[in-house]
Amino acid sequence: MSGMTLRQWLLTDTPTSRRHAKMASFYKGWLTLRGNTMAMFGLGILVALGLIALFAPLLAPYDWTTQNLGNRLQPLGTEGHLLGTDSLGRDILSRLIYGSRITLYIVALVALIAPVAGLLVGTVAGYVGGWVDLVLMRITDIFLAFPRLVLALAFVAALGAGIENAVLAISLTAWPPYARIARAETLTIRSSDYISAIRLQGAGPIRIITKHIWPLCISSLIVRVTLDMAGIILAAAGLGFLGLGAQPPSPEWGAMISEGRRFILDYWWVATMPGLAIFTVSLAFNLLGDGLRDVLDPKDSET
Amino acid sequence: MLDITDLNVWFGQGRDRVDAVKAASLAVEQGESFGLVGESGSGKSTILRAITGLAPDWSGRITVDGTDLGRRRDRAFYKSVQMVFQDPYASLHPRHSVDQVLSETLHLHGLGEIDRRVAKLLDDVGLGPRFRFRYPHQLSGGQRQRVAIARALAGEPRLLLLDEPTSALDVSVQAEILNLLTDLRAERGLTYLMVSHDLPVVGHMCERLAVMKDGEIVEVMEVAALRRMEARHPYAQSLLQASVAG
Repeated sequence: MSGMTLRQWLLTDTPTSRRHAKMASFYKGWLTLRGNTMAMFGLGILVALGLIALFAPLLAPYDWTTQNLGNRLQPLGTEGHLLGTDSLGRDILSRLIYGSRITLYIVALVALIAPVAGLLVGTVAGYVGGWVDLVLMRITDIFLAFPRLVLALAFVAALGAGIENAVLAISLTAWPPYARIARAETLTIRSSDYISAIRLQGAGPIRIITKHIWPLCISSLIVRVTLDMAGIILAAAGLGFLGLGAQPPSPEWGAMISEGRRFILDYWWVATMPGLAIFTVSLAFNLLGDGLRDVLDPKDSET
Repeated sequence: MLDITDLNVWFGQGRDRVDAVKAASLAVEQGESFGLVGESGSGKSTILRAITGLAPDWSGRITVDGTDLGRRRDRAFYKSVQMVFQDPYASLHPRHSVDQVLSETLHLHGLGEIDRRVAKLLDDVGLGPRFRFRYPHQLSGGQRQRVAIARALAGEPRLLLLDEPTSALDVSVQAEILNLLTDLRAERGLTYLMVSHDLPVVGHMCERLAVMKDGEIVEVMEVAALRRMEARHPYAQSLLQASVAG
């Protein structure tokens, strides 16, 4: 690579090694994503969220549990309390900063459970077909038929309130759409020539599903997950709001809104600030999802 | 090498049943190149799919190398019989690089020295090492078809099923691919069963051919007879006339 800049090396049409080829295609995807201003805006917010969560103890001006009843319900811009204080005199900004950890925790857990379960069920159903398909998709239909929040409520009520159970409940209600997408994609992929070709090399169903079908399904699932993230954060906040998710004094944003609800007419900022935080993060996920769809859709990148 | 007796292939059940191939019989000798011609929908590709096991519903007898084929194909079958598909734009996985495609195929056939063999295969089909780490979207149609041929050759098969390997390509590229196939056959002593709707291509590539119409084989003839325009069946005659006029 003498006489070549890093950029030329990454954009070459003739990669010289496996790693080089992977990096080159990754870099091209990154260039497409970078061209999308709104997606970069969303990505920026999410990176900021990650950094805030990581450095929460350094950034937060106060401890999130410190109460000061003499200093309760202070308005925005009060000396030392930029976003005011809540009904127990706790600094709202500090609680928001620590709450970002919980939000990320929920998002990560749901993103690990729901799409993976959906991918597994959907691709197996789509590829194997027959009665396996029938059984798996009817189970999916049953889960789809339940109202999301009600099923989550029932689940949390059975297992007890708490953030882990809320995540499980949300995942339980979130996987069926992924299974549907994965199955639909598998049905179109399975009859294609490149699957026939690898079958003719003697590849078994497990290899075909994991190495040939998954890579093509995952991109549309990633897009769908980022677009659904907003809904998942809102569902977690909803459970928190109903008192079934994170429990006080946890600074989960939904639970904070729930606490602020009692004073919403006189002290609007107590509920509004965590609401704005939820709004911002949800919006960021939606923008990033739109951008990722442009990058990851294999149908577009072929031309 | 390949014997087909009374092959019937159908799709669907009951009232939806479509008979794609009816009572077809043909025999391909070791080292021969055999053509299968006919218009679209005459069932020629379906015969190939039945041989490879990609068309599930068939009856009759298919024998490769003296072994009767059952419902399922085993590893030995995939090692001795391979197929090149019609559309090189559809037969390569869009997310796998050339290197991945060939390495995986070699791995599936249980061959060692994968690195050296991949380079050798690319060399054999006229693609240099420059193409090794490219993705399908970085290749032209002809280059893709070369990769598909390399993949088919990876397990060192003896019978190659060619499903209109050039019909999706430009005319100039068609000739290159046909010459490549001719050379490979001479070098490796391969047996070809080639499907085409293009009589000149079959005339160039094959020694014998079968003419298909509506799922039936209406005539089997030598290419020499084809050149002398000595088709007996009226449909085969009309096909010849059309080809000469065109």
